[in-house]
Amino acid sequence: MSKIFDVPLYAYTRSPDQDEGMPVRHPVVIIGAGPVGLATAIDLAQQGIKTVILDDNDRVSFGSRAICFAKRPLEILDRLGCGEAMVKRGVQWDTGKVFFDTRQVYEFSLTEEEGHKNPAFINLQQYTFEQVLVERIREMQADGAPIEIRGRNKVEAIGQHDDHVKLEVETPEGSYTIEADWLVACDGANSPTRRMLGLDFDGQVFEDNFLIADVVMKADFPSERWFWFDPPFNRGQSALLHKQPDNVWRIDLQLGRDIDKEREKRPENVVPRLKAMLGDDAEFNLEWVSIYTFQCCRMDRFRHGRTLFAGDSAHQVSPFGARGANSGLQDADNIAWKLKLVLDGKAPETLMDSYNIERVHGADENILNSTRSTEFITPKSEMSRILRDAILDLSAHHEFAQPVVNSGRLSVPCTYDGSMLNSADALAAPDLTRPGSPCPDAPLGDDHLLDKLGNDFVLLTIDADAPESFEENGVAASRLALSVRDDPSLTLKRQYLGDAPSGVYLIRPDQHVAARREAFDEPHFRAALRRATGKE
Amino acid sequence: MSDKLILSPNLNNADGFFDALARAHDGLEKSTSDAFNARLIFLLANHIGDNEVLDEALTAARNSGHYR
Ligand SMILES: Cc1cc2nc3c(=O)[nH]c(=O)nc-3n(C[C@H](O)[C@H](O)[C@H](O)COP(=O)(O)OP(=O)(O)OC[C@H]3O[C@@H](n4cnc5c(N)ncnc54)[C@H](O)[C@@H]3O)c2cc1C
Repeated sequence: MSKIFDVPLYAYTRSPDQDEGMPVRHPVVIIGAGPVGLATAIDLAQQGIKTVILDDNDRVSFGSRAICFAKRPLEILDRLGCGEAMVKRGVQWDTGKVFFDTRQVYEFSLTEEEGHKNPAFINLQQYTFEQVLVERIREMQADGAPIEIRGRNKVEAIGQHDDHVKLEVETPEGSYTIEADWLVACDGANSPTRRMLGLDFDGQVFEDNFLIADVVMKADFPSERWFWFDPPFNRGQSALLHKQPDNVWRIDLQLGRDIDKEREKRPENVVPRLKAMLGDDAEFNLEWVSIYTFQCCRMDRFRHGRTLFAGDSAHQVSPFGARGANSGLQDADNIAWKLKLVLDGKAPETLMDSYNIERVHGADENILNSTRSTEFITPKSEMSRILRDAILDLSAHHEFAQPVVNSGRLSVPCTYDGSMLNSADALAAPDLTRPGSPCPDAPLGDDHLLDKLGNDFVLLTIDADAPESFEENGVAASRLALSVRDDPSLTLKRQYLGDAPSGVYLIRPDQHVAARREAFDEPHFRAALRRATGKE
Repeated sequence: MSDKLILSPNLNNADGFFDALARAHDGLEKSTSDAFNARLIFLLANHIGDNEVLDEALTAARNSGHYR
């Protein structure tokens, strides 16, 4: 049976651009049909921006890569029209077990936040994830959305100009040139765009190798996440067992820095380790084995003139905490509405600098978290190891030590504190929803708050008066009028008001809070809208 | 400068605690002792809880060592 990653999903077809004498200019060209390029394109096209994706390949990501997708990306995907499809195909575990050396130290169960539509995360193979995104693009195309994926279109050269970018593209039928007002480089960790523009990848924190094995279990096996510190079958390193859909389990074995990759990959070396993990009587088929090398680093800046870097091309983290694709989707979320305003002439080009500032902040948070996890998992000094082992020993006896155990922190959304798009906080309400924060979800009858936000600016009023909409320099914000009574669980009140009697929130198209205040004060919210669109 | 960390005498049985701590290490290998100390630090830190107090304690420990 052929695997999904063996089948062309967007086969090469000749584009009329290839037969033009002059290079055709597009508003946005995206390089790379990975999770980040696909999501960025959907977001832009959903807002009516004509978007072309170029990919050197014609199918989903080869083999096994990301498997864990957190809540915020699922919320973003809801806005892009395919979150529910992802959740439906994904699986979840609810019990986690932590092992240290030869024994289990503790077990925990997952707690969901009440009132949120999406689970804390799902496990889903990256190739399925990409396939769902491509299906969404096909559905949008059927509805006439201006979005195009060009398979086997490899970008070979890039020329940066003041107001556009020129691309030389290689195809099976020869090369052609196109131009873009804006280029979004989503071309992955080895980003050829980065190389072609002569830009560096800075701040490498560490480098590590991982053996990735997917196994299909022949019998029932518990839906649990198992994490080992320093197990006998992988001394001094870590091991992780995770469930994926279709009876497939993922095993990650950390291998350290200097290893013989070819040797480690051989089934005769892999299978005994897996048996030691899974138990001698576990019967399984080895479906996929590969070795990945990770780094922790980011580019100095994510905007270079008319080129924006997003996803792995801009930043890379260790796999602990599942932050790669998850943070890349937040890049996409941040780019699309801003580009739309700039292309429509409703915001200055400098609005794109806020993309750089906000997402560099996000990348730094991810790098910090994954570096801390790495330090806990593979302590670098003798004393770090003593401290780490002390916490693991304590965790077997005392609950307080369990949250200190760090086997990777599931990515939580980034709050854009200090962003130039935020207005000063003018409401005495919980920190959770301060300016810069992504809006937390809340139940509204059969519906959810986040499904009512997004794509445009929203003025959320909770027990407060305001006009139905207002417009500032061509950008409109329309009102969503709610009352704490709309949510008997009081999640809305707890998150958005606290002890305040009422609240008015200006919410960006990416569902981040731009400003908040107790009542609608027109000059204040007009200024906030100007500020949120880079005009103050 | 410490604002929150108590640096005046506060142990209600100073000699007793010193003795109990020294005794706890009696006959232990260096590595077992180190592990014991580490567990003790975390137990005490969790009891304190307040990050500002803990930060001040880290600073006070750093600044009161005897360096040659
Ligand atoms: C083993 C492993 C486990 C992981 N687990 C997780 C996880 O659980 N959760 C998570 O969030 N992340 C995880 N990640 C990270 C995740 O896979 C990446 O962060 C994600 O794929 C990045 O997406 P991207 O779209 O930026 O880049 P990519 O997925 O790398 O896509 C880049 C695309 O650009 C195309 N391209 C490159 N050069 C050119 C060119 N010259 N012309 C045209 N096209 C080009 C490539 O063909 C490719 O399709 C994991 C990664 C690995 C390896």
